[in-house]
Parts: sequence; structure tokens; C-alpha cells
Amino acid sequence: MAAETNSTLKKWLARVSQAWERVASSRKALPILLVVGLALSFAIPQFGLLNKYVQLIMMYVGINIILTISLNLVNGYMGEFSVGHAGFMAVGAYISAVLTTMVLPRELNPYLFPLVVFAGGVGAALVGLIVAVPSFRTRGDYLAIITLALNMIVKSVIENIDAIGGPRGIPGVEKLTTLPWVFFWTVLSIWVIRNFIYSNYGRGVLSIREDEIASELMSVNTRQAKLMTFVISSFFAGVAGALFAHVLQFISPKVFDIIKSTDVLIMVYLGGIGSIAGSILGATIYTVLLELLRPLGLWRMVFMPLVLVLLMIFRPRGIMGLRELRWFVPGYDLFAIKRWRAKKEAGHDAAAAD
Amino acid sequence: MTPLLQIDHVTHYFGGLCAVNDFSLEMNPGELVGIIGPNGAGKTTIFNLVTGVYKATKGSIRLGETELVGKKPDQITNLGIARTFQNIRLFKDLTVLDNVRIAFYGQLHTTPFGALFGLPANVREEKRISDKAMDLLAIFKLEGLAGETSRNLPYGQQRRLEIARALATNPSLLLLDEPAAGMNPNEIEQLMAFILWIRRDFNLTIILIEHQMRLVMGICERLKVVDFGATIAEGLPKEIQNNPRVLEAYLGPGGVG
Repeated sequence: MAAETNSTLKKWLARVSQAWERVASSRKALPILLVVGLALSFAIPQFGLLNKYVQLIMMYVGINIILTISLNLVNGYMGEFSVGHAGFMAVGAYISAVLTTMVLPRELNPYLFPLVVFAGGVGAALVGLIVAVPSFRTRGDYLAIITLALNMIVKSVIENIDAIGGPRGIPGVEKLTTLPWVFFWTVLSIWVIRNFIYSNYGRGVLSIREDEIASELMSVNTRQAKLMTFVISSFFAGVAGALFAHVLQFISPKVFDIIKSTDVLIMVYLGGIGSIAGSILGATIYTVLLELLRPLGLWRMVFMPLVLVLLMIFRPRGIMGLRELRWFVPGYDLFAIKRWRAKKEAGHDAAAAD
Repeated sequence: MTPLLQIDHVTHYFGGLCAVNDFSLEMNPGELVGIIGPNGAGKTTIFNLVTGVYKATKGSIRLGETELVGKKPDQITNLGIARTFQNIRLFKDLTVLDNVRIAFYGQLHTTPFGALFGLPANVREEKRISDKAMDLLAIFKLEGLAGETSRNLPYGQQRRLEIARALATNPSLLLLDEPAAGMNPNEIEQLMAFILWIRRDFNLTIILIEHQMRLVMGICERLKVVDFGATIAEGLPKEIQNNPRVLEAYLGPGGVG
């Protein structure tokens, strides 16, 4: 009897995993998901399909995906260890919040919001440039310390500027972040970072992780590659910060301390380094799990780190470490070898026909 | 004939230690020269000086008319010098194809900005680079392994991949650092034919660091023997073979006779 249920269970599991294989290897899955996601992002708030609390969590998931994927660019793809991601986030959050609460006329805010978010990203990218310069000469633990210092500097600078609220922060930020906007920026960040990673410039970044000296000797302009990586990564951290400020509706320097940076680090290493699919998984699992565990009260902060410890022991590279779902690999790269073979065969046939 | 590479009285110190002492070498286009010497003699340091990994303390290194001392390694590679490493330094977690494609970094025509948005010109260039890399892999009979992670390749194929990757940078001068390390006599025989063949097919000038006398004597046109950073002998392989100073450096005093 028990053996029978066991075998039916196995059959079902096999069927499920087969179905997943089919979806995972399908090139059509992602476009379908995109259209459905876009439609849902409009429909959910419009028709109140899910309650406000669940909508809020969905927005946090999106914002966390942007943060995770952008940090993964530095930590996973380039192989450095940045621990100051919240610093870039703070710059984006403050620039955008100052724009919407103090600079721009209130009635224009909803229309200018995309530009405000973009401005937050640009501001953070400029700060990213400053970190990129020491990365030319320093790496590993020492660069980690520099990013940590940057996080502290940004926080302290904001605390000391009274015009933007100092340690009290900025209250009364309008709730301008909506589900469609979060969806848009999440997709944009994934798309841009994917394009970068699967270009030869992005491969240069990967080669720095593998062996920086060999990389330079194979003609990779490592300064250029590092500069691009830091700028792109901090740009999207700033974007996430801007979106975050306009969900939370209140920002203060304390929100962007090292704890926030650590949260993003956890999501990166949970999902897996050097993987877009991993970043999405890591951010989603961590955000949702923390919410689900809320009934545990303080104990969730014991449970969650325990999950991490177990993960590091049994899957040290994270769920998807250095692996990628076919969805996120551009066709020109996925079929590069196949295309070359087909071309050679066509060439052979043509030569034989002559 | 103007020399392709001119290493002119180069000296290099690590702290107080003189690693290379007053080293000079002139390479004419198409030449194949070997640098030999005991372990720690400063051979690899010479390669590191030429390729810009270290900056020479004294002296000058010129490729054609261009001074190389003070240039960054990627700039020097773009000028046409490529190399392999004594201990293979592939990008181990990347595929065989990616290893070769990365070496085209210095030959990109499209902008990084376009890459972020996957512009048609960038995608076209990606395809072109992939095809060129595959063509190169096919020459080295590695095309069947293009999708494989390079750390999974057997040793001999890793060596070949490293040379393929170096050639992807489109060099005129190739520096081979102990290409025969860990090879058996049969493989060395094949390697000799292989080196001569790539020199002809890719129009290369080659400098070779090697311990394997069989290889050095077999294919090098000229030899340079270094010990403790200084040149102790140079000339045709035949002359070197019987040079007492060389025997002494290799076998120690008393080893002669």
C-alpha cells in the first residue's frame, strides 16, 4: 500500500519535472510571461485582484530583484565583493525624494515620475564612478572595505545635510511607485544587464573574475570593464532606491545602513552568483519567505540565517550559481555554435555542388 | 631588415633582487628564438616585461617604432604581442568558445553603450566574433568542445586552447612560455610540428621559453641562455650545446667533463 502511493508520487514528481524541463528550455516562455506579467501589473491594482498588502509585497519583490541583479553584476559576474549597495540605493532614493517633495510641482509628479527615477539612477551612477576608480588598483577584501566605507560616508553625509532632513529623513513622500512601474523597471534592468553580460564587453567582465592578469593580456581593457560594471550596477541600485522611497513614503539615512546592504548580499548568494535566473529566484524567495515567517515574530531572524547556513553548506554557489536558464540567454549566443555548424555545412554543400 | 622587437639593455629589480640584468634581444620578422636557462633564471620575467605585466626598471623595449615600457598589458596586446602561460591560465569557469571570444575584446568596433541595448550593429558584431572564434577553434580541432567548460578539458587540449586564444588577439609576435611542460616525447614531437605550422600559417615571430632540450634544439633558430637574470651565452643551438658555461649553469661546476 505504502509502496504504491510512493510509486504514484514518484510518477507525479517525474511528470512535474518533465513539464518544468519543457518550460525551462522553451524560448517562448519568457515573452509569454512578459505579456502576462505586464497585463497583470495593470489589472491587479485596477480590479483589486489581490489585497493591498500582497500588492505591496509584489512591489518589494520587484525592487529587490533590481537590487539583487545589479549587485550580482559586481559580486557574481565581476567577482568583486561589494558590501555597500545600500549606499547607491540611498543616493537614488534621496535624489528622487528631494525632486518629488521639494523641487517639482506636486501635480506634475505622476507624469515626471519615470524621469525622477532615472535621475536617481544617474546620481547613483556618478557615485559608482567614484568607487570604480579605486577598483583599478585594489581588489578583493580591500575593495570590499572601500565599498563599506562608501556606504558609511553616504549615510553620514545625508545625516549632516539639514536641508534634506538630516537624521530625521524626508517624511510625506508621495506614493508614486505603482505595480506597472515596478514591473517596467525590473524588466528593463534584467534586459540591460542581460544584454551587457552576453556582449563581448560583458565577457571581458567575466574574464576579470576568472583571472585578471590573463584578462589584460588577452586585450581586455580592465579599467573600462570595471568602470562600466560599477556604473551600470550603481545606476540600477539608484533606480531601486527611487522606487523604494516612493513605496515606503518615508526615507531616513537609517534605512540605508549596512544591514540593508547585507540583505541584498544575502539575496545574491541565496539565488546564486553570476546568474540572472538566480537573482530573480533569490530576491523572490527571500522577500516572500520573510513575509511568510512574520507570525514567528523574532524567531524568523533566527530561522532565516539558519536557512543561509544550510544553503552555504549544501549549495555553496547558491541555487543557480554560475548557471543560467535558457530564457535569459540571447539567441545569437545560445545558437552561436549551431549557427556556425549550419553555415559550414551549407558551405560544404555549395563547394560539393560546384 | 628592421627588427620587429628590440629589447634593449633591460634590467628589472624586485626590491633589491635583480631578476633581469642587462638583457638584450633583437627579433627579426619570422624568426623563432628560444630562451633557455635553469629555474628561476628570469625567463618568465622577461616575458612579463615585454607584455607589460611588470614595468622594466631600466632599458627600453620597442615593437617596430613603438616603445612598450610604461604601456598597459592590454595596449601591448593590441599592438600585436600575444602570449601563453607556464601554468595554464584559461578562464576556467567559462566555455571554450567564450575563452576565445574574450580575446577579441581589443578588436571591437561597436560601443559598450550599444551593447547595453543590444543594438543591431552590436548583435552583428557578436555573430561575427563567434564565427571567427569558431573558425579558429576548428583550426585547432577544438570546435567539437566549443560549448564545454574549459576546466573540463584534458591537459593537452587546454594547452592548445591557450594558444588558440592567444592567436585570437591577432598577434605578430607570439611568446610561448614552456609550451611542452608536462608532455611526453611523442607529444613534444607533435608540438614541434605544430609550432612550426602556426608560425607559417599565422605569419608569426615566436619567442619560446623551454626546458625541453629536444624541443629547443629541434626548432629554434637561435638561442639565448640566461642564468641569474644575466645572459651567459647566445648563438646557434649547436654552439650552445657544447658551451661550457651553459653546461655549468645546468649541471653545476664539475658537471663538465
